[in-house]
Amino acid sequence: MIDLSFLIAFPALVALLMLLISGQKLRSALVIATAAVLGLASIALLFLNWDKNTVLVNFPFEPATEVMLVIEVLLAIWILYLGVKHRKWLTFFLMFVQAGLLVWFETSYSIHIERGFNLFIDQFSLIMALIIGIIGSLICVYALGYMETYHHHHKEIKDRRKLFFFTLFVFLSAMFGLVFSNNLLWVFFFWEITTICSFVLIGYAKTEEATNNAFLALSMNLLGGVAFIAAIVYLTNLDPNLLHLDTLLASGQAVALVPAVLISFAGITKAALMPFSSWLVGAMVAPTPVSALLHSSTMVKAGVYIIVKFAPILTGTTEGLIIAMVGGITFLLASFMAISQNNAKKVLAYSTIANLGLIVACAGVGTYNLMWVAILLIVFHAIAKSLLFLCVGTVEHRIGSRNIEDMGGLIVRMPKIAIMMFIGMAGMFLAPFGMVISKWAAIEAFITAPFGLIFIAILAFGGSATVFFWSKWMGKIISVMRDQKVVEGTVAKEKWASLYILTGLVVVVCFAFPLISSLLIEPYVLNIYGHTTRLAQANLTIMIMMLCLLMITPLSMLFYRKKPAAIAPPYMAGRPTPTHMSFAGSLGVTREVVLSNYYLPRFFGEERLFMAGTALCWGLLLIAGTLLAGVIL
Amino acid sequence: MIPEYLMPVVTAILYIVLAPLLGGLICGIDRKVTARMQGRVGPPILQPFYDVAKLFEKENPVVTVAQNAYVLSYLVFMAVAGALFFAGNDMLLVIFAFTLSHIFLVLGAYSSYSPYSHVGAERELLQIIAYEPMIILTAVGMYMVTKSFFVSAIATSGIPIIFYLPGVFIGYLMVLTIKLRKSPFDLSTSHHAHQEIVKGVTTDFAGPNLAKIEIAHWYEYVFLLGVIWLFFAWSPLIAIVVIVVAYFVEILIDNTFARVKWQLMLRSSWIIAGMLGLVNLGVLYYLKLVVPS
Amino acid sequence: MTYLAKSPWIVHYNGSSCNGCDIEILAALTPVFDVERFGIINTGNPKHADILLVTGSVNSQNREPLKNVYDQIPDPKVVVAIGICATSGGIFRECYNVYGGTDTTIPVDVYVPGCAARPESIIDGVVKALGILEEKRKKIQEKAGEPLKAGGAV
Ligand code: SF4
Repeated sequence: MIDLSFLIAFPALVALLMLLISGQKLRSALVIATAAVLGLASIALLFLNWDKNTVLVNFPFEPATEVMLVIEVLLAIWILYLGVKHRKWLTFFLMFVQAGLLVWFETSYSIHIERGFNLFIDQFSLIMALIIGIIGSLICVYALGYMETYHHHHKEIKDRRKLFFFTLFVFLSAMFGLVFSNNLLWVFFFWEITTICSFVLIGYAKTEEATNNAFLALSMNLLGGVAFIAAIVYLTNLDPNLLHLDTLLASGQAVALVPAVLISFAGITKAALMPFSSWLVGAMVAPTPVSALLHSSTMVKAGVYIIVKFAPILTGTTEGLIIAMVGGITFLLASFMAISQNNAKKVLAYSTIANLGLIVACAGVGTYNLMWVAILLIVFHAIAKSLLFLCVGTVEHRIGSRNIEDMGGLIVRMPKIAIMMFIGMAGMFLAPFGMVISKWAAIEAFITAPFGLIFIAILAFGGSATVFFWSKWMGKIISVMRDQKVVEGTVAKEKWASLYILTGLVVVVCFAFPLISSLLIEPYVLNIYGHTTRLAQANLTIMIMMLCLLMITPLSMLFYRKKPAAIAPPYMAGRPTPTHMSFAGSLGVTREVVLSNYYLPRFFGEERLFMAGTALCWGLLLIAGTLLAGVIL
Repeated sequence: MIPEYLMPVVTAILYIVLAPLLGGLICGIDRKVTARMQGRVGPPILQPFYDVAKLFEKENPVVTVAQNAYVLSYLVFMAVAGALFFAGNDMLLVIFAFTLSHIFLVLGAYSSYSPYSHVGAERELLQIIAYEPMIILTAVGMYMVTKSFFVSAIATSGIPIIFYLPGVFIGYLMVLTIKLRKSPFDLSTSHHAHQEIVKGVTTDFAGPNLAKIEIAHWYEYVFLLGVIWLFFAWSPLIAIVVIVVAYFVEILIDNTFARVKWQLMLRSSWIIAGMLGLVNLGVLYYLKLVVPS
Repeated sequence: MTYLAKSPWIVHYNGSSCNGCDIEILAALTPVFDVERFGIINTGNPKHADILLVTGSVNSQNREPLKNVYDQIPDPKVVVAIGICATSGGIFRECYNVYGGTDTTIPVDVYVPGCAARPESIIDGVVKALGILEEKRKKIQEKAGEPLKAGGAV
């Protein structure tokens, strides 16, 4: 299949071109063209493959594995050098261990490894490819305008846009590689590439904070990488053929459990679940398109992708349950922590962590209906969250702040963006939009699963926290002072295009989700478990009806706009207030009315919850580790 | 006779038409009983209807025009959510629809720039997170007993659900106090002549908008009492008695407790949900899974 | 009578009263007088109210707030001045900062004199106000050229 290798190789080639191009015009043209090609290619892939189950493919380039090894070693040397240069000894040590293991492994085993099919495609990787191909390329297009403004605002930061776009496209290529690779060595290679891309992009600004956070992210992901390669070594010792995902997954729990848990650990680090959540929060220093692309819609999804892949192995095992618990605790605590944040990107980060946790909770328990839910969550979350990130990025550039408290009255100041944010947020927590559909399905699925009650409780409490922090943010956007002005101004065309398409996707996917479910997710689940699940037809009809009924709000808004209305000032306990909401305080002092949201730090403070979560999750992981050691020995 | 497949539609329409009447009546009786408890004569039973009719006669001043749209959506989705419930649909879907409608009320309060309605909105959100877990656990409990999330199946299962879910029921009564906006949990806004941060979420709504909010409350009343019905659905007579008693107890609590701070509300409702609800469900879960009958 | 008269909600504004009249207003809410019998509710929020009860005289401090509270009551609305202070300024009339009674600032429909006004007369004043309220409603609707109907502007 030429298409798979095309999707991997094409962005990589474009990335190289990006290094050569320095003119903004030329770059724009190239990025937009590439985005269009990638988007169309992934859609073409959908049309070619939607009716097929797993298809195995060979990569047309024979010595690919060797090339990968060389690249890996070079990258390792570079990271080791950086580790020494910045005195990040932990990173240095982890890289050293990892590279050492890899080289030792390659030199002592690789001769024995038979070459099987290196690439594959099934419905799940098709879904991932669509996310990467469509959302990923939209974000790249958005990044064009964003980076222009970014450097305009931050004169102190060196313009390294060549590197930026190079890394972005290398990343896209690696993501495609990751979801199409059947050979675990390949998966690992692409896995490492995404880690390093993330490292480069987080550290883009080269400030001290950025560098530190970049190294934090790198070392945590390298820890996962070590676990990954441990799984590879373990498997090779067992039977080199098992290095292929299809054979591994088919080999049953007895064989595959140890690597499944090790790789799931790697997935947990990549998806920034609880003991490792700090790297994702720290990664928010990166330019916003990076947060949208790597840290919400695609790269962190690679972590959950691999865990969902192994869900059939994990299901019913204690280790799987522990992994699910780590996910569940992460969902609960990250949702709580989001309440206490006023930095918009941090709220988005915590919400991302929470949702990844939920996906892992589903995958760890791993029954057939939970896998269905997990994939659904991946789809809905990727779209709505990337939209929100892009909106916040745009707002930040216009109002010069990413603090939610500064977003008051956005609906008047930047109406279009505010409405998009509204739709994105509704997509995250309101019926009948995507995430609620999945949470609902999750409750119904957990109820029949072993120990499901714990997860239902987690969902009930965590879900209500979600309602709280999204609604108060929504409230902030629409609480309007009467003399606020439109400041939307000139946002670049590319940005608008990406934003419009993503907003459209949030809505369209809600309508189209029965289709996505029945064409892609259900066959995939059916193929693995022998049975599948779906939402009852009656419920679907009602959801669609509600979605239509929701049009009342905007329509009646239009209607009311036309009617003459008696406008009264807001109630201020009798204080006469002029339009800018100030009033005469005592001693003739004029005071401004300032309204601020609740953050409840005493209840949902970041530090305390983080400590608790880290302790709990490390504890759980240690138990899993002990169990695993028992199995190996 | 009405054919089987039309029943849900009929009950839904009946709800949409009759629920405001019933809810208003309950509200009127509530006020009368409250007055008697305080040694007063109290208003006529139909007073809530007079109030709402009057509000429709008044002018409709708004802070921003958008308020109208939010209130309308609040009312519509409240009615739709209740109709879904009475048409026998999925409990969880009903709960999510109710959350949606409440969010509209909260947004309406946020959209005015008044500190009072702003605080009211924040507190309304706090109330939502205080009661929502317990409501979801109630639905889950009903599923564990009847093996269905569908209200129609739960109501006609013939199982005396209350015997399986006593803890959940008490937990539900606890959050019912919040949902009915009764003291000690009438933090975001309150009924009758009670005042808290002026009128909380409803501060900046006047005239017809306020009337719509009132009607939405009536819809909600009927839904909330309908959930009590489900616990006792195997015997309608007992169900009605319990509903009457439960509501009376709520009025009694309303008149004997002082308003609490939100911290206490959040803690107590979560602890009750955790202790009574979860433990109850845990026992059920254990019995069902470990000791199969 | 329309529904306005059956459910008059009041808001109480204390200008610079000595609190004597205010106590009497609250007394009207107690079991002894129980004005809720007539559907009267003390709302505490002008936006919900139909009748403004003013106690105490108007001075330079409270003039603006009084106007503001009055403006925020949706039409139709009536004002009842309670106590001699509110009707004419009473014993505070000669103070350097006092303008006088309520009618120096907003139009007053019913005057309830007394120092303090007794709950009976307050209730009587409110009932009088109901008649005026109804007249005002009619006037508003006639002005709008609409036929009389139960539902107002939605
Ligand atoms: S009228 Fe008399 S009782 Fe009333 S406020 Fe004035 S001084 Fe006080």
